[in-house]
Parts: sequence; C-alpha cells; structure tokens
Amino acid sequence: MTEVARFSIQHTQFLDENGNPTQALPAFCDNHELLVHLYRTMFHTRAFDDKAIKLQRTGKMGGTYASSLGQEAIFVGYGSAMQETDVLVPYYRDYGAMFQRGITMVDILRYWGGDEQGNHFAAKEDFPICVPIASQCLHAAGVAKAFQYRKQSRAVVVTIGDGGTSEGDFYEALNVAGDWKLPVVFVINNNQWAISVPRAAQTGAETLAQKAIAAGITGEQVDGNDVIAMRHVADRALERARNGEGPTVIEAMTYRLCDHTTSDDAKRYVNASDLEAAWAKEPLVRLRHYLAAQGLWDDTQEEQLRLDCREQIEAAVQEYINTPTQPISSMFDYHYAELPLELARQRHEAVELGGEHD
Amino acid sequence: MTEITLIEAVTQALAYELDHDENVLVFGEDVGKNGGVFRATDGLQARFGEDRVMDSPLAESLIAGMSVGMASQGLKPVAEFQFMGFIYPGFNQIINHIARLRNRTRGRLTCPLVMRAPFGGGIRAPEHHSESTEALFAHIPGMKVVIPSSPARAYGLLLAAIRDPDPVLFLEPKRIYRLVKQDVPDNGIAIPMGQSFILREGSDITLVSWGASMTETLKAAEQLATQGINAEVIDVATIKPLDMDTIQASVEKTGRCVIIHEAARTCGVGAEIAATLAERSLLSLFAPIQRVTGYDTVMPYFRLEKHYLPSVARIVKTVKQTMEFA
Repeated sequence: MTEVARFSIQHTQFLDENGNPTQALPAFCDNHELLVHLYRTMFHTRAFDDKAIKLQRTGKMGGTYASSLGQEAIFVGYGSAMQETDVLVPYYRDYGAMFQRGITMVDILRYWGGDEQGNHFAAKEDFPICVPIASQCLHAAGVAKAFQYRKQSRAVVVTIGDGGTSEGDFYEALNVAGDWKLPVVFVINNNQWAISVPRAAQTGAETLAQKAIAAGITGEQVDGNDVIAMRHVADRALERARNGEGPTVIEAMTYRLCDHTTSDDAKRYVNASDLEAAWAKEPLVRLRHYLAAQGLWDDTQEEQLRLDCREQIEAAVQEYINTPTQPISSMFDYHYAELPLELARQRHEAVELGGEHD
Repeated sequence: MTEITLIEAVTQALAYELDHDENVLVFGEDVGKNGGVFRATDGLQARFGEDRVMDSPLAESLIAGMSVGMASQGLKPVAEFQFMGFIYPGFNQIINHIARLRNRTRGRLTCPLVMRAPFGGGIRAPEHHSESTEALFAHIPGMKVVIPSSPARAYGLLLAAIRDPDPVLFLEPKRIYRLVKQDVPDNGIAIPMGQSFILREGSDITLVSWGASMTETLKAAEQLATQGINAEVIDVATIKPLDMDTIQASVEKTGRCVIIHEAARTCGVGAEIAATLAERSLLSLFAPIQRVTGYDTVMPYFRLEKHYLPSVARIVKTVKQTMEFA
C-alpha cells in the first residue's frame, strides 16, 4: 500500500479563557485602537442582542429573533477583517459583522420585526440574512465567481452553522470553490448545536474544518471565543482570497449560550453544567481581562460604554418602533422590474380592500 | 438565406448575446467543449472562451445557487439544466432565492438570469427525461416561464429572456428541437415575452397550446378544416405572465375552447387558463372548456409514451365533442 494523501487540521488560539496570551500575539495587536474597537463592537452586539430578545419577549418585535450570545467574537473578528469592497453573505447571527459594514440596528430590528425594508441596507452588495440552511454558500461562490471573472481583487465571506455543514449546498459550494480557486472564505460558527441536535450527532468527522480537505481547500480551526485569533485567521484567509490564492474554511469553535431562537427553549436539551462551563470561556471577558492587563481598559470606560450602548440602542428601538408599516402595494411592487398585468389587478384589489390609496 | 432548427436558433441567440454583452455567461453541465448534450451550446466555448462558456461541476443546486450570486453582481448567467428532470435539486434555490431576491431586498439586489432546460416527452428517452412540469414553476411568485414552439420564437424569446431584468425559466421542447427549419435572421431583434401568438385564424373554436404539442394541435386544426371546422390556434409561448387577453378575445369570438398540454392534467397550466376564461368569458361560451392533456400518471417509460402524449386523434375527438355540445 502507498499513502496517497495526508492531512492535518491546525487550531489557532492567542488568548486563553482568562485573557492570558498563549503565544506571541499577531502584529495587529500593537494597534490598541483596533483592540478596543473589537471589544466595543462585541459589547455593543451583546447589548443589542439582549434588547432584541426583550423586545420579542414583550411583543414589540413579534415573530422570532436569532441571538448571537456567546458567539460575538466570530462575527466581530471576521467582520473587522473585511474591506468595504468585500461582500458578506451571512446566515442569521452575523450582527457583529453587519454592524461594521454599515448595516444598522434598525435594519436588523426591521428584518426580524416583519419588514422587508430591513434588507434594504447600506452595504449595497451584501446579501441579506439567509434562512434556508446552507443555500447562501452557493450565492457566495457565485459572487466570488463574478469577482474572478472581472479580475477584481475582492473577497466574499459566507457564514454557516455547524448543522449547516451537513447540507448538500455546503458541499457543492466547497467543491466548486476548491476547483475554481474562488475568492471566498467559509466561516463555520461551530456553536455545538443545530437547534437541539449536538455537533457529535451531525457528522462522524473529527472536525468540520476537515470537510475542506476533500474539496482541495485549506481548512483550519480557531478558538471562536478569542477575537484576536478570529481576526488573525480571517485576515490571512481574506488576504489569500484577494490575492487569487483561493478559498479557506474556518471552523470557529464556540458555544451557543442562547436558545436557537426566541422560539426555542434550550433547557429541554442543554445540560446546565455544560452551559456553565461554556460561560467560563465566553469571548468578552477574556479580551476585557487582556485589555485591563495592558492598561487599555478600566471600569470607568466599561461603565461609559454601557451607557453609550444603552443610549444608541434606545434610539434605534425608537426609530424601529416609529417606522411606518409599508403600504399594502409594497407587497406587489418588488417582484418584477415591471409589474405584470395580472399582478397589477391583484395589487389594485388588495390596496382597495385594505382601504389604502395609490 | 439559411434555414435553422429550433435548437440552432437557441445557439444563435446565445451567440448573439455573448457577442454583444460581456456580462452574459453560459453555465452548465457539458456546455463547454461538448456543446451540451443536445448541442445547444455547440461551438460557443471555442468562440467565446472558457471564461464565458463554463462547464459547471455536476451539481444542479450549484447551477441555480451560483447563478444567484453571479446575477446579484450584475452578470447575466444563462444556466443550462441538462434535462428538466434534473432541475429539482435546484428547486430550493429557485423558489427561495432566484424568484424572490428582488422582493426580499426591496429591489436592492436582483436576479437577471435565464435557466434553460430541454423538456417534454416523445423522444424515447430513459426515465426522468420526459416530464413537463412547467406548472410547478409558473406557480412561483417572481418567476417568468417561457416555452417557444418554433425556431423564430426560440431565437426572439431567448434574446428577450436574457435581456430581461428578472429570472426566466426557458423551457425548450426537445421533441421539436430538429423537427422544422425556418429562416431566422440573426438580427438581434427580441420577441417580447408575455404575449401569445395566433398561429392560425379560425372562427369555430379556439385551440390553446404551447411547446411541442403545437405540432399535434396544428395538425388537428388542418384535419378539422377538411371536416368544415375552422379552428383558431394559439401558441401561449409565455406561460407566466400569461397573455390572457389574446386567449380571451379569441374565445369570445369562437365561443369554444380546447386546451392542449403534455403536462399532467390536475393543477396544470390548462386549469389556470380555463378558470380565467370561466371568470371572464362565461357568457360567451357555447360549450364547456375542455382539456386534452397528459394523464395524472407518472410519465410512462417510452414504450407507452405515445398513449400518454396528446395525439391528433384525441384533440380532434375532443374538438368534435365540444362542437356538438348543445
């Protein structure tokens, strides 16, 4: 027998759960402003998340909201590594990245609050939140193909949960990305749960990152609760993509500290001691410890940040609550560039029945 | 003057658009060097390069899903599904993304793409190669569905589909890919979608059909003419949006209507046409609207397919029943 292939998966971590460096930090950590920005964005994302859940619970948002609690470092990390000209194709917990791309809290609240206007946001080439699991991976491959066709030095980031990596669209996207060397970075938020099904029940593979290997792609694992590590691997992957060196799969290890969505009750299937252990590794506290140890952060700043976030979030909530519901006609007006006759008739009927006028 | 077949008209339209719009890309399984299993893309890769005419991996959800990403960037992918029977892995992408990207982003991102697929029976093909499921797609808000039935309409409608700012499913009736030849000037002139064509004028009854069944429908009309029944024949051509006004005007003139399609009867496009005629033209009708369609069965393996497909005899028989209704 002859060995014809061999692979290994590397795991990257810079800060342990107490905020102590486990190895020399990457060069960008000399940029203290950036580190503080990462912390602030994670803090803000969590504060927003908390508010969004409360809005849903008190009936002010209706529907459903998907939290990113405990997973903020992933989104904030890769989001901060993206350039404006890159394109984000998110799944549905990516607020920490979206906020850095000009997508606002009001946009997110509108989306979950039942208003398509929430997808009409400032990041004009980014895709909206994607609900059908893994389907977004192929959109990302398509956007990346467009960049490649036009010889543009731009990259795409697409995200997916651990459960999503069982879907065919994930494999199809990986396969073509590897074959065509597409400028796309796949970020897997391995938060250990696909609603109630644990990671171990999803696949027999030791890591999700190794799914990249079969597609001829670089796959790596990262401590998804270490925003420095997350930013570092995202930087490297995006750089490679923009330079025409092909795609990367990043499996970010974290834990879902929230329910799947507000419609879920994780207490039905999550072991309380596991959850407690996961809380000890959450991403904000370790960066705060590191920043404090460096003299870059103190309790006064923390308190000020809390107040600032509260003010900004309250303003966003007010704007969201004051957003008028779209007219009934809007239900019809965005299906085609030009409204077909039959749809125009139906539009007229709905508008009239709804007591509105054109 | 060179006369060309329906499939050559498809090739001619693809070449014209590739030549005139650098955003147009051809994308699908075996569309490159092989020129497609039916040769619809014959010679296009050699002429326009591998960047423009791309063999996709063998994955239909990928063909649909990647087209969404490319289209969102302003490219105009013309994706080929090798047979309509293989489009279904892409159905999730079609119904959840292609058809609704414009709506869900309030027009911020759009999906200007064409999905081509050969469809229909009658060529003694293996199973899964012969179905007509246009109704599944016409039911999806946000889609357009076009079915040409002649070389000239294939050329003109495909140009229109590629230039359209919204997604179009372009179904090619493979049974008539090479049945007739027509002079189709390569002048780049599109035929607008959303209009039906009166292929034969008549005063006694309206026959409505599309795709390959136009052949039997026209033959039936000729036979009926020898028996003193003067049928008007309409090629629907665009299944969605339907040009009901043309059909309605004809039926209000003749007072009788038979709808012919290969697809299974229940919830077929014929039902939609009949229902709309009932809503709009009931008092003009001298007889119930009838349908001659494929049966509500699985498409049989090809030894029996001629008993499944609407035949001239079935059409003639149904027309006579309709004429005799009192």
